[in-house]
Amino acid sequence: MNYRIVHEPIVVQEAIDLVISRNAGAVTTFIGTVREMTGNKKTMRLCYEAYEPMARKKLEQIGLEIKAKWQNAEVAIFHRIGELDITDIAVVIAVSTPHRNDAYEANRYAIERIKEIVPIWKKEYWEDGEEWIGNQEQTKAYPSGKPEGVDTYE
Amino acid sequence: MNKLLFFAGLKDIVNADQLELDMVGKTVKEVKAELAQQYSDLPLESVMTAINEEFAFDDDLIEENDVIAFIPPVSGG
Repeated sequence: MNYRIVHEPIVVQEAIDLVISRNAGAVTTFIGTVREMTGNKKTMRLCYEAYEPMARKKLEQIGLEIKAKWQNAEVAIFHRIGELDITDIAVVIAVSTPHRNDAYEANRYAIERIKEIVPIWKKEYWEDGEEWIGNQEQTKAYPSGKPEGVDTYE
Repeated sequence: MNKLLFFAGLKDIVNADQLELDMVGKTVKEVKAELAQQYSDLPLESVMTAINEEFAFDDDLIEENDVIAFIPPVSGG
């Protein structure tokens, strides 16, 4: 399974192994980790929640979008949910392609899409309280009920 | 009958992660309006909706047994 929502610590090598192929000349990995400081605010720990079946489907959709845009790409994405400590790995994206430029571009595309369409939420526990994090400005509206123009792949 | 799912901050406002309500024949927009009456704190303007695990439009119609999920701005990654 190349697209996973997991409750246990992520093993990066497993994602890499899933995308290694005889056609591949490049593998890029993106590893998202839990950061301690955001501006002056100190995060103690995080909790991620997901709408698991839909989140898995949306990760798979991102993989299909990548395969349609970049020829011969292979993709694996794991996102961890539950309680995470500072420095823990929250997400890993592995992409392989025949040539390096595509592997970098496709990997960047995957993380940006995760932040648009995958139903996963982060709760930050600060020193002085806790908060569910929406988009960074907390101002985003979805008047049509859907993400704007970003869920068009069928 | 329909299952309505709430996530992240919405769960805290509704005080439940799911509700069983009959919304058959209503549009997503009408469902939201009904919820807004009962839970005036729900920030529904910034909430996306999914029917059976796919994003839905405000004018999509709810059918029998549809699962309706309310999805606040996502923050994974």
